[in-house]
Amino acid sequence: MSGKEPVLEIKDFSVDYGLGDEGVQAVRDVTLTLHRGEVLGLAGESGSGKSTLAYGVTRLLPPPGVISGGEVIYHPPGGDPYDVMSLTNAELRAFRWAETSIVFQGAMNSLNPVHKVSTQMLDVIKAHEPDLSPEARIARAKDMLKLVGISADRMDAYPHQLSGGMRQRVMIGMALVLEPQIVIMDEPTTALDVVMQRQILAQLVELRERLGFSVLFITHDLSLLVEFSDRIAIMYGGRIVEEAKSADLYKDSLHPYSEGLLKSFPALRGPRKELAGIPGSPPDLRGMPTGCSFHPRCPHAFDRCSEEVPLLGIPSARNDPSRSVACWLPGRVPVG
Amino acid sequence: MKFLLQRVAFYLFTAWAALTINFFIPRLIPGDPVTSLINKYQGQISTEAIQSLYVLFGLDKDASLWSQYVDYWGQVFRGDLGLSFTFFPTPVADVLNQSLPWTIALVGLTTLASFAIGTGLGILAGWRRGSWLDGLLPVTTFLSSIPYFWLGLLAITLLAGPDSIFPSSGGYEPGLVPSWDGAFIGSAIQHSLLPAITILISSVSGWILSMRNMMVTVASEDYITVAHAKGLPEKRVMMSYAARNALLPNVSGFALSLGFIVGGTLLVEIVFSYPGIGYNLFQAVGSKDYPLMQGVFLVITLSVLVANLIADVAYLLLDPRTRKEG
Amino acid sequence: MSAPTSTVTTVSPEGPAVEAKPAKRRRLRFVANGKAATGLIVLGFFCLIAIIGPWIAPYDPSARSSDLIQPPSSEHWFGTTHLGQDIFSQMLVGTRGVMFVGLLAGLVATALSILIGVSSGFLGGAADEGLSALSNVFLVIPALPLIIIVASTIPGAGDLMVALVIGFTSWAWGARVLRAQTLSLRRRDYVEAARATGESTWRIITAEIMPNLTAIIASSFVGTVIFAIMSEITLAFIGISTISEWNWGTILFWAQSQQALAQGAWWWFVPAGLAIAILGTALSLINFGIDEFVSPRLRSSGHHHKTKDGQPIRMRVGFTPILPKPEQNATPVVRKKKEAAA
Repeated sequence: MSGKEPVLEIKDFSVDYGLGDEGVQAVRDVTLTLHRGEVLGLAGESGSGKSTLAYGVTRLLPPPGVISGGEVIYHPPGGDPYDVMSLTNAELRAFRWAETSIVFQGAMNSLNPVHKVSTQMLDVIKAHEPDLSPEARIARAKDMLKLVGISADRMDAYPHQLSGGMRQRVMIGMALVLEPQIVIMDEPTTALDVVMQRQILAQLVELRERLGFSVLFITHDLSLLVEFSDRIAIMYGGRIVEEAKSADLYKDSLHPYSEGLLKSFPALRGPRKELAGIPGSPPDLRGMPTGCSFHPRCPHAFDRCSEEVPLLGIPSARNDPSRSVACWLPGRVPVG
Repeated sequence: MKFLLQRVAFYLFTAWAALTINFFIPRLIPGDPVTSLINKYQGQISTEAIQSLYVLFGLDKDASLWSQYVDYWGQVFRGDLGLSFTFFPTPVADVLNQSLPWTIALVGLTTLASFAIGTGLGILAGWRRGSWLDGLLPVTTFLSSIPYFWLGLLAITLLAGPDSIFPSSGGYEPGLVPSWDGAFIGSAIQHSLLPAITILISSVSGWILSMRNMMVTVASEDYITVAHAKGLPEKRVMMSYAARNALLPNVSGFALSLGFIVGGTLLVEIVFSYPGIGYNLFQAVGSKDYPLMQGVFLVITLSVLVANLIADVAYLLLDPRTRKEG
Repeated sequence: MSAPTSTVTTVSPEGPAVEAKPAKRRRLRFVANGKAATGLIVLGFFCLIAIIGPWIAPYDPSARSSDLIQPPSSEHWFGTTHLGQDIFSQMLVGTRGVMFVGLLAGLVATALSILIGVSSGFLGGAADEGLSALSNVFLVIPALPLIIIVASTIPGAGDLMVALVIGFTSWAWGARVLRAQTLSLRRRDYVEAARATGESTWRIITAEIMPNLTAIIASSFVGTVIFAIMSEITLAFIGISTISEWNWGTILFWAQSQQALAQGAWWWFVPAGLAIAILGTALSLINFGIDEFVSPRLRSSGHHHKTKDGQPIRMRVGFTPILPKPEQNATPVVRKKKEAAA
């Protein structure tokens, strides 16, 4: 499943909204690695910076978003790694979709309402593989739609003629049509009903096995990630507060915030737990608490939490290099 | 199809409303504008013509309002809009028949050109925020705040003159006879240049601004981000994704504001003594020629309705969502 | 297996965390908008002239003198007409009529558009169908020719009559915009809640809906004033409204009918036209300010940014800018090409 070879390394990545005095930091010094072939889940409440991170990495963040620091190193299969942030616009355009594609939150609005599905599938193939003959392009698009369960005769449909589930399948098919290394999924199934969610996710698992891409899966629904992803990173207040293998996180979450998140969603399988929320609301980016930004809501907070920012590292009590946490609680303080 | 039928029904309703308004204006307003004029031309007007004016202006006091209304419709359908006093004894319909082509050519074409140019510049201004086009906006706002007719006066003063290539008035060289020959068409085009430029300058700004604002709004739609994420060439994202969608509200805005625009542009004809409907209106106002005024109003309204219908068809072709319902 | 509906309210999945700013601060921000402020100052100036114009005018605008068609001089700042009348005085005196008709017509049209637009959007059903058909009819029928015909049929139309005619024929655009906004407001949760708790329709409209329409009402008022001023001046220019009352259009009417152009008397028609253009621009600027206030995205100036150390950054959709890094933070990774920050 998850090899150790990295495909995308995010290093000290920061994103601001606005500049100068008006600027607020939405993502702070995030370091995260996506390995080849794995599904990495990124969870957090709205405003935690998870979507900002994903859009920042692809430089698709709308104004007033600016990338204020860090690197995003992409490892092409069999090539030299390079920093996505240092690409020129033309290079970035070539990189997009061919190496990293995105499935967006609202399938409803992700498709251009005035063009047929076929037009929108074909223009991306044409842009990246201009040498391919028109017939070959159409064949490729049809194959891909078939793979995601859309019959070829829907090629000529307009987006408004498709159901929500079909639109999202089209988007997934479109995301895979160039066989990218990485697919970023931003709440891809949130707008769909539960049955449709399951179907689409099951299909995604199958497609990943066949095509071997890596997935950065963003959602607020931690229970979905526990089941579906290999590793999970939890974000809060623009930082990653915990990172672990899904099973470890589910069984033994270390950060009080992860604990709270897990308790606030029903698990789809396994024993039923009582649902509980996290008191308080996500922090306002304009007035971040000092120290650990979670401390005002944390049931275990003590003096140090409001004074110093905990760094992400391997927790002292678990000698496990696959996990890391940013917390001052005894036994969880990073070693080294 | 359903969409189009609904629109046609609406325009028929509007046409009915306009004709009805036209019927009531002379009846609701105190005073009797026409009798004195009829008396003035006593003996020169045939009894039929007098009868027709009676029907149009409600001088037929004996008939009930309803039967006046029925007579009025019958007359309008026959194309009988009464006699023009300005061009006595030419029927209003004939006067309008002569001037309508001039107006359609001048106002119609320049309005279309203005929409096309404004939309094009608006696409660029909205896409490349902060470019020199943004600096152009205050200038065009100022130009569009100038009344059309005053800009026309200014254009005549500055550009027209005995030695200039721009004639200051008329639709063609006085000596020529209207026909489809080169000399006449050339002269007509030459005479239409200055009025056309005047209309363009003052109306283009509105289209630039509305298209720019639509582009800015559309640029934050998800499908634009997707188009960028797909790594499509800039031009394709701008035209096929952003502009193509931003155009839709601009086209319906175009249809809705045709009435405003046409009303304003007609005044340019006055300044340039251009032989169109707007100039007719001016002449009619000057000599209190009510039949001609009413005829001008009807023709303008009906033309605007037809133009609206055409704009709706264009919208239908542009937006697949309206094309098929069920 | 289906997941039970989560009862957790504290973890809100989505929804922007933007707090509503206090109304006062927002209003101040509107005035701080450069365009709106410029527009308001110019408008204020013309309002002032409208009030004091007749008192500060150096001459009686209708008084004849022997200085026929004189270019601007220290005696006659804007020159004189064919009858030796002082054009500067005509401008000053005429401002009142222009402003009066513009504002009154704007008020009448705005009141009508609120009445028709809001009730149409709020009532829905057959009332809505009827009222929107009515406003669409008025929207499609060319307003200016209609105004010209009505005004010329009314015997001796003065400023008041002209203002009313314009007001009664140009409310349709505002009504349409207000209807659309009311419709969307009506479906908002807090309005639904107010309806459910049995608040009276009148109270819902005045307390819940109207405050949210302020910006649109303001902008449609300003828009109508622009249209009204243009129409009024046009009416005067083509000689429909009484030419005994001075306004800028009347000046242009005389200039045109006395062949000011042919005589090279540019001063006769330039001041009036410029004044109209400046007033119109000021009103448009106010409207831009309102638009940008309502949707800040439209602001054009907001797109040239500077970093703390003064380097310009261009915001661009689809290509998030990268802030230049301070030198000491140089990284060991080999960079391919340094992208220009512009």
